[in-house]
Amino acid sequence: MTAVEDRATAEAPEREVGKARRRKEDARLITGRTTWTDNTVLPGMLHLAVVRSPVAHAKISSIDVSAAQEAPGVIAVLTGRDVADEQGSIPCAWPVTPDMVNPGHPSIAVDEVNHVGEAVAVIVARSKAAAQDAVELVDVDYDLLPAVLDMEEAVAEGAQLTHDHLESNRSFHFVFESGDAGTGQHTDEAFRDAEVVVSRRFVQQRLIPAFMEPRSVVVQPQGDNYTMWSSTQVPHILRIMLAMVTGVPEHKLRVVAPDVGGGFGGKLQVTPEEVISLLVARRLGKPVKWTETRSESLMTAHHGRDQIQYIDIAADREGNVKGLRCRILADMGAYLRLVSPGVPVLGAFMFNGIYKFPAYRFECDGIFTNKTPTDAYRGAGRPEATFAIERIMDELAVELGMDPLELRRRNWIRAEEFPFTSVAGMTYDSGDYETATQKALELLGYDELRAEQRRRRESNDPVQLGIGVSTFTEMCGLAPSRVLGSLSYGAGGWEHASIRMLPTGKVEVVSGATPHGQGHETAWSQLVADRLGVPFEDIEVLHGDTSISPRGLDTYGSRSLVVGGAAVVNAAEKVVAKARRVAAHLLEASEDDLDFSGGKFSVRGTPGAEVSIQEIALATFAAHNFPEGVEPSIDADATFDPENFSFPHGTHLCAMEVDTETGMVKIRKYACVDDVGTIVNPLIVEGQIHGGLAQGIAQALFEEAVYDADGNLTTGTFVDYLVPSAADLPHFDTGNTVHEAPGNPIGAKGVGEAGTIASTPAVVNAALDAVRHLGVRDIRMPLTPERVWRAIHGGGDGGDRATAGTNAYGGAQTETTAGVSTPQSALGGDR
Amino acid sequence: MIPAAFEYARPTSIDEALQAIADGGDDVKVLAGGQSLIPVMRLRLAAPETVVDLGRVAELRGVRDDGDAIVIGAMTTHHDVMTDPLVQQHAPLIAEATETVADRQVRARGTFGGALVHADPAGDLPAVALALDAEFVIAGLQGRRTVPAADFFVDYLTTAVEEGELLVEVRVPKLAGEWGMRYEKFNRVAQAWSIVAVAAVVRREDGHIAEARIGLTNMGTTPLRATAAEAALAGAEATPEAIAAAARSAAEGTSPSSDLNAQADYREHLAQVLTRRAVTAAAGL
Ligand SMILES: Cc1cc2nc3c(=O)[nH]c(=O)nc-3n(C[C@H](O)[C@H](O)[C@H](O)COP(=O)(O)OP(=O)(O)OC[C@H]3O[C@@H](n4cnc5c(N)ncnc54)[C@H](O)[C@@H]3O)c2cc1C
Repeated sequence: MTAVEDRATAEAPEREVGKARRRKEDARLITGRTTWTDNTVLPGMLHLAVVRSPVAHAKISSIDVSAAQEAPGVIAVLTGRDVADEQGSIPCAWPVTPDMVNPGHPSIAVDEVNHVGEAVAVIVARSKAAAQDAVELVDVDYDLLPAVLDMEEAVAEGAQLTHDHLESNRSFHFVFESGDAGTGQHTDEAFRDAEVVVSRRFVQQRLIPAFMEPRSVVVQPQGDNYTMWSSTQVPHILRIMLAMVTGVPEHKLRVVAPDVGGGFGGKLQVTPEEVISLLVARRLGKPVKWTETRSESLMTAHHGRDQIQYIDIAADREGNVKGLRCRILADMGAYLRLVSPGVPVLGAFMFNGIYKFPAYRFECDGIFTNKTPTDAYRGAGRPEATFAIERIMDELAVELGMDPLELRRRNWIRAEEFPFTSVAGMTYDSGDYETATQKALELLGYDELRAEQRRRRESNDPVQLGIGVSTFTEMCGLAPSRVLGSLSYGAGGWEHASIRMLPTGKVEVVSGATPHGQGHETAWSQLVADRLGVPFEDIEVLHGDTSISPRGLDTYGSRSLVVGGAAVVNAAEKVVAKARRVAAHLLEASEDDLDFSGGKFSVRGTPGAEVSIQEIALATFAAHNFPEGVEPSIDADATFDPENFSFPHGTHLCAMEVDTETGMVKIRKYACVDDVGTIVNPLIVEGQIHGGLAQGIAQALFEEAVYDADGNLTTGTFVDYLVPSAADLPHFDTGNTVHEAPGNPIGAKGVGEAGTIASTPAVVNAALDAVRHLGVRDIRMPLTPERVWRAIHGGGDGGDRATAGTNAYGGAQTETTAGVSTPQSALGGDR
Repeated sequence: MIPAAFEYARPTSIDEALQAIADGGDDVKVLAGGQSLIPVMRLRLAAPETVVDLGRVAELRGVRDDGDAIVIGAMTTHHDVMTDPLVQQHAPLIAEATETVADRQVRARGTFGGALVHADPAGDLPAVALALDAEFVIAGLQGRRTVPAADFFVDYLTTAVEEGELLVEVRVPKLAGEWGMRYEKFNRVAQAWSIVAVAAVVRREDGHIAEARIGLTNMGTTPLRATAAEAALAGAEATPEAIAAAARSAAEGTSPSSDLNAQADYREHLAQVLTRRAVTAAAGL
């Protein structure tokens, strides 16, 4: 080896992409020494507290705010009537059908309340405590109306109405039929000729996103300009929507999402409280802050899931699937929020999963009930779809007496068939289900566990063992703008980035994708370090402020890396291209003779003739010696609009112990192999998978938003809404296969939702596999020990839970965490 | 949420504390670890006029040996109870049950006395105190009195500690003979309260169960003794069959609630299963 080669190898910077870097943002996020919205304190700032309805459905006959108005420290009390002319309606950006019914969604109720927790007035006071004290002084008279709480009752003949002024409880009826779309056969025909049909009713319970940082908003007026800081996932969308709702012109409004502590879709919203805060600041000309309590958050931040699914699957006796028919009731809650109707419709393209169905029909009714509105929650539509298909495949396997994996293998898309256009019209980009499955089986130790399962069965062990499978794919990387347009979504799906080369050689990356805990700052720095050849530490990622990152569509739908990261990479390529012209000028060479590597341009064949991109940045700043006719800037921006979604996939296996005496379930082992394309940072990917698994498992085993017969949320605190911690989850054995996504320059597929989407059915299938020989064929989620015990010993699916909250804490329930109980709701329990 | 406004006193001795309570007005609450009181105040289920903070009353803290009993100060934190050698030696049941209380953070602040006076039906320590026949030393301005566990838990969230009084300490008798103990807690996630739990204290003699004391958590508005099962076990053979048979009567005389976690019939079933398991383990089988 020559000395020159030696030097070259020594200097070649290590590739950043693929490195398990610790996240550069974590120290400040974890210690909380950062710009959480609630940490913001402005001079003269006033505080808001919201008076909320303790009843699910009523006419407001009168509101007396006089006592509250006179309370110490109170500046103003505003009711819905006071802001009726300026509050507009909370926007719904996704009219999924042309005739979708939208009842309108005032930020503060004016004449009628439609769910417990709906805002009826807002207190403005000098301190948070003063505002809170005055809440109890507002006297509201309600004329109670019957509450609509059950979707199946809501669509029945003669049902009570959620909204008096509407004709029914139905918002929309969305249909996809492969026979009509030209993507497959007519579904009715497929079922008519089928040898085997299995039908099931599955319940996707209502969940609460339960992000760690409660929502918070600060608004500062400055003349006729307003700056809003909000704990939001979507500062850019929020700005546009607030302008449209309140009439504050878009260019007079700046929205900042400072560090945001989690969202899981729960902060993909334009909330009533954001609108109220802006209206109050405008009216009073003073800065205001609103920060919710945890109880308010659980009760009024939007919920997720909540579907009843009627699924029919058709097959022949050999186990070749012939058709899939899904009828869905999707609970919108009382109102349509930003993308409420779009959530089940996103699922429409995923119920067929990884299987080659010749025919597919999806029908969904969006239903109004007197409950908190639903909207996006991690996976949004796809966990619901994946659950249905992966559960029904198991049911079909049982019906046919086949091994559930064998049935899947017979029907899934084979590696050599990619790209594959599904019966729902989606083009799956890349993957290999067989390899992922093989790896997962090894990770789990499948054969040994099957042997143990047999032993336990034979010895009639009180603790039975089961193994559950979920072979999933999902569509993410939202989204090709064209496709969103065809689905009547109100915006595009592109993302923007720009790169600023500073005179000292440091780099600012501006991203339109706003993180709320995902680690964008680290991953984007890795991407740019490789492309520009600058040190990771020299890169700063800016985001979340509409005046700093003026264009963007924010973070949700596992889109940030695959769409936003792609924009960053493209912008970096443009910087290099611009710098190349300057380098050629400085090195007095032709652009074509330049190599760029490790951050340096060098002239091919002329050792020593080189200039670094940092030096070029300084030369550009000085602009003393610049090529003729070229503007002195090597900054660049890029907007990336994907041509397709990306389709991560994987095989998730769960081994579950079921204590048949108590109904307690315990995950014995969990193994999964995910294909998320190119991995930029293995640590972040692992973290996303772990967090995703935790939330998917939580749906299967722990979490449920429960309403009593009066429409009170009885899981209104974390005593009753059970979010698992690390102590409640097993070790995860994770692995990967890598099939690059062809649709973006990184080759990555989204990973943010994969674990959540995949895990829920694996866990439920595992529990059922453990007790199916005892006659159990379904257990409702979450699989509480009581439900499992009832299903084993009494038949059925475990049934409804009593709705009363636990008596721990002296029954930590009040009007503000649940609502008012009547003798009727007391039927839900007798604590 | 923010609690309603209140007056605050921070005494440094039991006498000062009693005086502060007497002077505090109509509605006075004593603050121990605050792990139950503060949430309830934040939800405005309680809005005391005065809060008397016992945090600086040193004489209420710690565990001491008192001959035939160990004595646990009311303000001893869960963590300190759990790790105390005297507790581990003479009343391992308390340590075992305390380890299942909430999480580290709560155990670092929450106190033994606070948990007992709060008397949450889902709380773990009341049933344990009942099974161990503990005695409660209560102080008032008029002096001290001692109340046996059987009389201490009066009703839902109500104990023998009257207005104006303080729980000072709890005497746990040392047990003579061959005793085994077990706390079987049933809950859904690690930091959650008991859906049902069973505290079993069993004395074995010559292959028989000479005596069994069984405390039930969350099977009614107060902790209960499973008296029918205790009677069935007294003198029974120490075999799985005999224990299982006796455990079938564990829910007799209970009146559990129905809530999100369990309906009453399921709680009764759990009481039986957990009693069998707890007694079996306590009997060393
Ligand atoms: C998240 C969480 C989970 C929990 N899980 C469990 C669990 O699984 N099992 C369990 O048993 N407990 C659980 N707890 C409760 C915990 O054990 C509390 O510490 C305990 O119930 C109250 O003790 P404290 O010292 O915090 O009392 P505080 O909250 O300060 O007081 C409680 C009540 O007792 C009164 N009081 C306190 N000390 C005295 C005294 N010396 N004399 C007279 N009155 C007094 C107070 O006035 C108040 O009414 C949990 C608590 C939390 C926050």
